[in-house]
Amino acid sequence: MTRIHNKFEELKEKGKAALVTYLTAGDPSLEATPDIIYKLEESGADIIELGVPFSDPMADGPTIQLASERALKNGTTVKGVLDIVSKIRKHSEIPIISFGYYNPFLSYGLRRFSEDARNAGVDGVLVVDLPPEEADEFKIHTDKAGLDLVFLLAPTSTSERIRLVSERASGFIYLVSVTGVTGERPAMDYSLESLVREIKNHTRLPVGIGFGVSTPDQAARIANFADAVIVGSALIRIIEKYGNNGKELFKEISGFISGLSKACYRDS
Amino acid sequence: MKPKLKLPDELGHYGIYGGRYVSETLMPALLDLERAYLEIKDDPKFKEEVNYYLREYAGRPTPLYFAERMTNELGGAKIYLKREDLAHTGAHKINNTIGQALLASRMGKRRIIAETGAGQHGVATATVAALLKMECEIFMGLEDTKRQALNVVRMKLLGAKLREVALGTQTLKDAMNEAMRDWITNVRTTFYIIGSVAGPHPYPMMVRDFQSVIGEESKRQIIEKERRLPDLLIACVGGGSNAMGLFYPFLEHESVKMLGVEAAGLGLETGEHAATLYAGRPGVLHGSKTYLLQNEDGQVKGTHSIAPGLDYPGVGPEHSYLKDSGRVSYTTVTDKDALEGFKFLSEKEGIIPALESAHAVAYTTRVAPTMPKDSIIIICLSGRGDKDIQVVAKALGMGV
Repeated sequence: MTRIHNKFEELKEKGKAALVTYLTAGDPSLEATPDIIYKLEESGADIIELGVPFSDPMADGPTIQLASERALKNGTTVKGVLDIVSKIRKHSEIPIISFGYYNPFLSYGLRRFSEDARNAGVDGVLVVDLPPEEADEFKIHTDKAGLDLVFLLAPTSTSERIRLVSERASGFIYLVSVTGVTGERPAMDYSLESLVREIKNHTRLPVGIGFGVSTPDQAARIANFADAVIVGSALIRIIEKYGNNGKELFKEISGFISGLSKACYRDS
Repeated sequence: MKPKLKLPDELGHYGIYGGRYVSETLMPALLDLERAYLEIKDDPKFKEEVNYYLREYAGRPTPLYFAERMTNELGGAKIYLKREDLAHTGAHKINNTIGQALLASRMGKRRIIAETGAGQHGVATATVAALLKMECEIFMGLEDTKRQALNVVRMKLLGAKLREVALGTQTLKDAMNEAMRDWITNVRTTFYIIGSVAGPHPYPMMVRDFQSVIGEESKRQIIEKERRLPDLLIACVGGGSNAMGLFYPFLEHESVKMLGVEAAGLGLETGEHAATLYAGRPGVLHGSKTYLLQNEDGQVKGTHSIAPGLDYPGVGPEHSYLKDSGRVSYTTVTDKDALEGFKFLSEKEGIIPALESAHAVAYTTRVAPTMPKDSIIIICLSGRGDKDIQVVAKALGMGV
């Protein structure tokens, strides 16, 4: 069983939805990324989505686009991201999902990536622009390496696609909360609850909700009907703002994440 | 290997290329679009409607003009120009936008978006939007809005809203990223008219089908004039829609050779070019697997060409397939040589070509003299050069 599976089991006992936090590797710097992740874990994050930056992040809003640009300017490569994970594994067992667009993985080599990622201590892979229809080749290698391949569902997904994704996915299912790109949003669409119920008719995998989540109030509402709350852009904004000031950065992250983490406990 | 003619397969693959590499939010829309397109593409009513607008509105068929002075000057093969520059809006792009806009209309979508590089596809989209009373937004890189200022004004006059893209390279690639992001956000109400044989399935197939009118007419016209098929077809390739449109109906005729001309920019050795098929390797961008200009870590490279319509790091997936199969050859022409081609056609034939098409003209001036006098070349003259006057004047030191 993977760290991801075990984490969800552990949290079920505790009555908490998993708090999944996204950050782009190499932003503000390759050296800072492991320390930020330790701080996230210490503040209550349960799973890390570690972004592999890409030059053309088509599904991302401006916040994550700029984070990718900064990370690439800092020389972040796929190999560099895996090195970060190896380093983290000396200190932490927090589940890590490698999150990105297909081309850098493809260019690295799907088999080579799967093997190297497993050896580095990565637990799962999520490729934004790889729907199940195109994922057969990657899945052969991620399966062999024991990595979870996480797929997305969206408010536009039909029942047919919910079935298809449920069959192919492992680890958990990432439900995109809005038809749109990544980024913070003042209002969330809580009709997602019925969508989560429909997904659960097809799979026993946990379902997490992301895109636009930025406040404890939003997190608390999602935690009541989903298994994971996923936060990205709002965290990146903090990194963007305090990037070069470690002390302030850690203070802000700690405050922000512990607030969200508390909100993830159901009926709290 | 002998290329297959009936492509793509049911998942939109051309051999290992093509497919649908998009986020889940767009998958249902692409499946809907494919279903809608397959349902009506052979519907006689829809075909008649498309043909009506191509004929009465866009001015088709365009002439296949025997370029006698160019032929004599070069002293080799007989050269014919397929005059897409004479189609309404001044380029082949209208063939595709009429088809897609009528499809959008049938699907009940009232808002259309498009990306544009040279502005030709933007103008052609804004034109059909005006014609069919649709809301229209065009995404264009900031750098391109500067070098194609004339087309920016045309789009605005046609009632389109222009969205300048100041991200990344500020050219066609980033215009397409932004158009994709808009589509992800507004997918329920919006139809995205992609302007080349690129993007996720079904776009490469659909755009090829709509552009095939170029090759079908050319075939009919050359048989009328010469009583035989041509020996060589030449077209410029950025995304590759004018080339695909000319080539596709001839693929079944093995005697007809085909040549796609990519932009070598400042020279292949400088790295400042857009010669995707020549210098790229297979990758995934904008929804399909295809040759891609990328660095060793899979990041997409910036490109350069004097012709904004060719200034793109990817290429239509079917071109990747045709290259690997050997059925079509691909070559390159520099900015400098394209300018020579531009001047040559203007002076010899009184036709000012688009800088994109000038790449095809330039290569023809090299290859035609090596061919026998009874052989026949057809060049796709994909657009006219009015939009490029400022850039060319500057490059030639003429000043406007």
